Amino acid sequence: MSTAVMTALQLRYVNKMFWRNPVSAFFTFAFPLMFLVIFTTLLGHGTVPIGSRLVNQSTYYVASMASFAVVTACFNNIAISVTFQRDSGVLKRTNGTPLPASAFLAARIVHAVFVAVLLVLITVAFGRLFYSAAVPTGLTLLRFVVVLLVGAGTFCALGLAITTVIPNADASAAIVNAAILPLLFLSGIFIPFGNATPSWILWIARIFPVRHFANGMQAAFLGTAFQWTDVLVVALWGLGGLLVAARHFSWEPRT
Amino acid sequence: MRSSAAIEVRGLVKRYGDTLAVDGIDLRIERGEIFALLGPNGAGKTSTVEILEGYRRRDAGEVSVLGYDPATQRRQLKPLIGIVLQSTGVDRYLTVAETVTMYSGYYPNPRPSDEVIELVGLAGKRDSRVSKLSGGQQRRLDVAIALAGNPDLLFLDEPTTGFDPSARHEAWSVVKNLAALGKTVLLTTHYMDEAQYLADRVALVTGGRIVAEGPPASLGQGQRSATRLRYRLPAGQTPPPELTGTTMPDGVTELVPDDLTLTLNRLTGWAIEHGVSLADLEVVRASLEDVYLELTGPPAAPGPDSAQPVRARRRGWRRAP
Repeated sequence: MSTAVMTALQLRYVNKMFWRNPVSAFFTFAFPLMFLVIFTTLLGHGTVPIGSRLVNQSTYYVASMASFAVVTACFNNIAISVTFQRDSGVLKRTNGTPLPASAFLAARIVHAVFVAVLLVLITVAFGRLFYSAAVPTGLTLLRFVVVLLVGAGTFCALGLAITTVIPNADASAAIVNAAILPLLFLSGIFIPFGNATPSWILWIARIFPVRHFANGMQAAFLGTAFQWTDVLVVALWGLGGLLVAARHFSWEPRT
Repeated sequence: MRSSAAIEVRGLVKRYGDTLAVDGIDLRIERGEIFALLGPNGAGKTSTVEILEGYRRRDAGEVSVLGYDPATQRRQLKPLIGIVLQSTGVDRYLTVAETVTMYSGYYPNPRPSDEVIELVGLAGKRDSRVSKLSGGQQRRLDVAIALAGNPDLLFLDEPTTGFDPSARHEAWSVVKNLAALGKTVLLTTHYMDEAQYLADRVALVTGGRIVAEGPPASLGQGQRSATRLRYRLPAGQTPPPELTGTTMPDGVTELVPDDLTLTLNRLTGWAIEHGVSLADLEVVRASLEDVYLELTGPPAAPGPDSAQPVRARRRGWRRAP
């Protein structure tokens, strides 16, 4: 059987398992919406300067929270669930069967991307209804799909990469949050950058992939400039994540 | 190394840093045999088995599992073997039937899931979530998963550790069923009764070496303590000098005869001749437990020069064929 068929078969089970944990599934979907409402209520009354344009802060948050949703669904979920499977012995058991490692991981990644796309759709629908976000069409839509898929894939790869430094499942949520939360703030996801933002923060945002990914998402929703360099930086991070994972990924508990 | 045996191992060595986990193990396990590696924790059983399964690299030695080298031909080997690991890790949100079906989907010639579930006695639980199973049932599910691909060879690493007695007997009956299917089974255990009950042959492992090997019933043979003779004399009686042994506080004399038949004949002859009753006369055959404790236990009185207790104690022991 080809790896693609095996991946598809595996995908069915990953999906089944996801929906059979309804509490986890509910919060995966509720979390970004909750944040969207909280942030727009607290901070969504002004405007944000992006380039030469001023956009409504509430619309800004639709793009931001859609980006945030992708990061959570891909990076956090992959990192935590794979660490859990590693520590509980599922990975080791699977590694003893003829299922190709690529099919096992690909199924998880494809599923995470699928959840991310659902989340973005929900966030956008919500944003369209309540915060007058523009829904991309035509070429913008096409670019948006590219940004979304490249971004989701990258954050999945980085999720796999970070499992290599997570010693055990108990530590996974703490390490994942310590890695991603500061970066989300330093990338202007929760609080938009302004003219007074220190340059070191801007540099951090320039180096890491979160800001670049959010830029791509903004281009779709806010009509700001789209730049392929953003996509390129995100893709490079994804490649780096894959290399780290390929080199150091462990199929057995680390302790 | 090509071999007609299911498993053939020569001079296997595995090091973790400075620790020698496996120190020159030789094994030959025939097809259809249930073979047990018996030994205390840390003896090197799991390291050995995980090298055969392809999880670990060996540092030296030759290994053939179903004709393949697990270190270099793991891909060819994987469809032919079933593995039950020490820890039971399964995704909790699937049902028993879904789990077995999922795993059987990984293999080219799987066994029908319902048949496998029946075989391990989980038919009544086929639609239960895995998270709802008891420890014994989860272990049976482990075996079911290992059987899903219809393997020729099954590895069971400590299949009943941590089980209550009834769960152990459940697991044992499942393994006995495997024998009836003609599967080759390599199991590790630190329970003597388990090895005795399940295995056709047992290898006693300690300190990374095999110190005795053979069918469980014959393992005692050739050991110094193989067979002991015990008897108790009425107060005031002393036995003939050549029949004395160690007298225990309760008055029972125990001796280890070189020739049991001859010694027994002399003793009973002497007793009849002198009109002495031999209370509590018994012939005690060494059990697997005796052999196990003698070969793996700490020395009774460690001397200052017993830095290598196991090796020292091995001197003079004859390895069973």
